[in-house]
Amino acid sequence: MTTIPTTGPGAGVQASAEPWERYTHQPHWRNREDEFEGAKLGMWLFLSTELLLFSGFFCAYFVLRHFYPDAFRGASTHFLDWRIGAINTAILLISSWNVAVAVRAAQLGQKMILAGNIFFASLCGVAFLVLKLALEYFPKIQKGEVPGAFFSYAGGHGYDPSPYDPIFLSVYWVSTATHGFHVLVGVLLLWWVGWRALKGHFGPKHYTAVENVGLYWHLVDLIWIFLFPLLYLVP
Amino acid sequence: MTTIPADTAGAHDAHHDLPYLARKGGWATTVWDWMTTIDHKKIGVMYLFAILIAFFVGGVAALTVRLELWSPVQTVQNAAGESVVTGREIFSSNTGYNKAFTLHGAVMVFLFIIPSIPAALGNFVLPLMLGAKDVAFPRLNLFSWYVYVVGSLFAVAAILLGGVDTGWTFYTPYSVIAEDYHRVIAMTLAVFILGFSSIFTGMNFIVTVHKLRAPGMGWFDMPLFVWGIYATSIIQVLATPVLGITVLLLTIENVFKIGIFNPAYGGDPVLYQHFFWFYSHPAVYIMILPGMAIMSELIAVHARKRIFGYKFVAFSSLGIAAISFIVWGHHMFTAQGELASAIFSGLTFLVAIPSAIKVFNWTATLYKGSIAMTTPMAYALIFMFLFSIGGLTGLFLGSLSTDMHLHDTYFVVAHFHYVMMGGTVMALLGGIHHWWPKMFGKMYNERWALVGAALVFVGFNTTFFTQFILGTKGMPRRYATYVPEFQSLHQLSTIGSMILAVGFLVHLMVFVMSLAGGRKAPPNPWGGLSMEWETASPPIEHNFHHEPVVRHHPYDFDDTVPPQTDPAEFPLPEPAPAGRGH
Ligand code: HEM
Ligand SMILES: [Cu+2]
Repeated sequence: MTTIPTTGPGAGVQASAEPWERYTHQPHWRNREDEFEGAKLGMWLFLSTELLLFSGFFCAYFVLRHFYPDAFRGASTHFLDWRIGAINTAILLISSWNVAVAVRAAQLGQKMILAGNIFFASLCGVAFLVLKLALEYFPKIQKGEVPGAFFSYAGGHGYDPSPYDPIFLSVYWVSTATHGFHVLVGVLLLWWVGWRALKGHFGPKHYTAVENVGLYWHLVDLIWIFLFPLLYLVP
Repeated sequence: MTTIPADTAGAHDAHHDLPYLARKGGWATTVWDWMTTIDHKKIGVMYLFAILIAFFVGGVAALTVRLELWSPVQTVQNAAGESVVTGREIFSSNTGYNKAFTLHGAVMVFLFIIPSIPAALGNFVLPLMLGAKDVAFPRLNLFSWYVYVVGSLFAVAAILLGGVDTGWTFYTPYSVIAEDYHRVIAMTLAVFILGFSSIFTGMNFIVTVHKLRAPGMGWFDMPLFVWGIYATSIIQVLATPVLGITVLLLTIENVFKIGIFNPAYGGDPVLYQHFFWFYSHPAVYIMILPGMAIMSELIAVHARKRIFGYKFVAFSSLGIAAISFIVWGHHMFTAQGELASAIFSGLTFLVAIPSAIKVFNWTATLYKGSIAMTTPMAYALIFMFLFSIGGLTGLFLGSLSTDMHLHDTYFVVAHFHYVMMGGTVMALLGGIHHWWPKMFGKMYNERWALVGAALVFVGFNTTFFTQFILGTKGMPRRYATYVPEFQSLHQLSTIGSMILAVGFLVHLMVFVMSLAGGRKAPPNPWGGLSMEWETASPPIEHNFHHEPVVRHHPYDFDDTVPPQTDPAEFPLPEPAPAGRGH
């Protein structure tokens, strides 16, 4: 990712210095500030595309809920356990805080605090995914609580499924799976940043990747904060 | 703050001064060098080749469609009294015909026209115009090319496995119940992937324009090409994700049989139409804005005139971008409520205003200019003529009462071909000729190129003007056959498409001849003032020897000597008579 120049303005810095101190910028940028600002602008643009992508789910959700309010209410309370959703929400919120601390640590040049928080946040992400898979996805597949044509839930516990339950489950599966995929990508990115942090790539003058991956992680968190009440807490 | 001088004396080794096209070694090395390059110029050229191939594929499909329509499919009695089917020229069934126009539409829209100007010419020219060394994210740029290729391969796979017959709009429920749904999956995945390529290019250009302008270049010192591409990029970034989620949902519907759009499971097919057009109307401006962007350059440079109303042209691009997001419902007049239709109809008229502003400004620029009848100028004039027809017929379609009659007829087909082909493709051709000497360092044969342009113009109008007439007479679109009364008009249209094909072949020949043995191009063959004309033709690897500085406005033809030209060839105009000056 980063190439450390052997010539140019960074070259004079002592060889023993940390990599971030030796980093200047890629050759097509005029200076480090522009490069940092440019990367951040790019990230914000990317995040706006992500938001628009998810807005498609939200749109579909509202239209279909408007068509089948009863099925949505019934299916949500019957198929989803709000406690799992709430725990996952808490986990993501904590991880977002860690990421914020990590960015601050990078600005202050505290390498170990930076790496520690990043890795902790990534563990939160893993926990989120494990809970989702073990407590929701796998049991649901076994019980046939899957969307569309494969829906084979037999009923029971005094619940009689509405013919439109599969629609709710369609929205649930598609949106949470897409979100889960984003969490997975986020975890991988956090590992990459953490690993680079340990190698001393980030410091007060250069922490673009920490900042940008942090922004991404906050967005993934934010989307979940909307998905959780919409899916789990239908009144 | 530390700024690096563009040329640090020691670090400036000779190879940075070589033209970007210079070969770095043997055959294999050269291929490897191109496949891994992060140079925006090479990526632009790679895109150019890719989109021209797509154009060829889509064009062949279009020709088969036109040939099939040579005569109507009829069941007639032969001499022995048996009924036989006549008029099946190419395809043995209607499905074959449906697949051909789907292939044509999808390839032309998603593989050719959307990436065409921004990714090919934009990539090459935009950083040069800004005086930058590259785009903001060069690796992302290369990545987006590969994403484009992978997306195209999915589309090719869908075609080779037997094709898709849903139309390029993939309307539900048809696209989720089609028996060949596994190929629909490949096709919609292709569109999803191609969308990413488009988003990456857009992001790259927005950041480049914000952060990499040469010192001293304010927003209003940018060439209008840059403004147009900038506005396009905004639409690309803000509209494409909606297409992404739409086709992603469509793909998931087909794979997992879920029901968000599929009425069989309680889904809402009209929701699909809303989603699709929320992208695809803005997408038509992804297609036309870059064409308009090129137009401003062609008109100003080849008429050697300061562009009339610079700020109006610049802001009308942004205006178009903004309005394009709120008119999607005009594709669904027949599929939504009356109130919604009336609102969308009103909004649709708004979008014509900024487009018209541009056309008026270009016309005013030509007034009293010293017009050089080069191929780029010829295409600029063709654009103005055809785009005006296309835009005005859009207004017929935007009016509810007329659209009830014209919807889903050949009138619509003619309308969008006048804007997309008569607009964007003509601008693209003009742009390719305009920047050809810069890109490849060779001049092309002007006379033959003009012959090509004339053939394209005649062929285009023969093909599509007839379709306006067919449409008003009631010929519906997307049918393999028609009532015999329409035959002569259909045949005229088919002949026109042949003339068009010949015109394109002439252009191809001109390009090949130019590459093979064209005259060496001077750095500034047209006397342009934007920064790409300040460097060599073809540009050196790092674009400029020294970081360029803005000294004049890009359209200051009245009192700036064009860089790197012979004053005899591009003299300054006579000073204005006293009293009229500044
Ligand atoms: C003055 C501006 C324009 C107006 C008022 C306008 C209006 C319309 C309307 C109302 C329709 C729907 C007709 C129907 O289906 O019954 C339509 C279709 C279409 N327009 Fe335009 N248009 C304009 C410019 C453009 C431009 C610049 C492009 C492309 C570069 C374009 C491309 C298309 C396409 C592709 C369709 C047909 C889509 C399909 O159903 O397959 N239009 N236009
Ligand atoms: Cu439209």
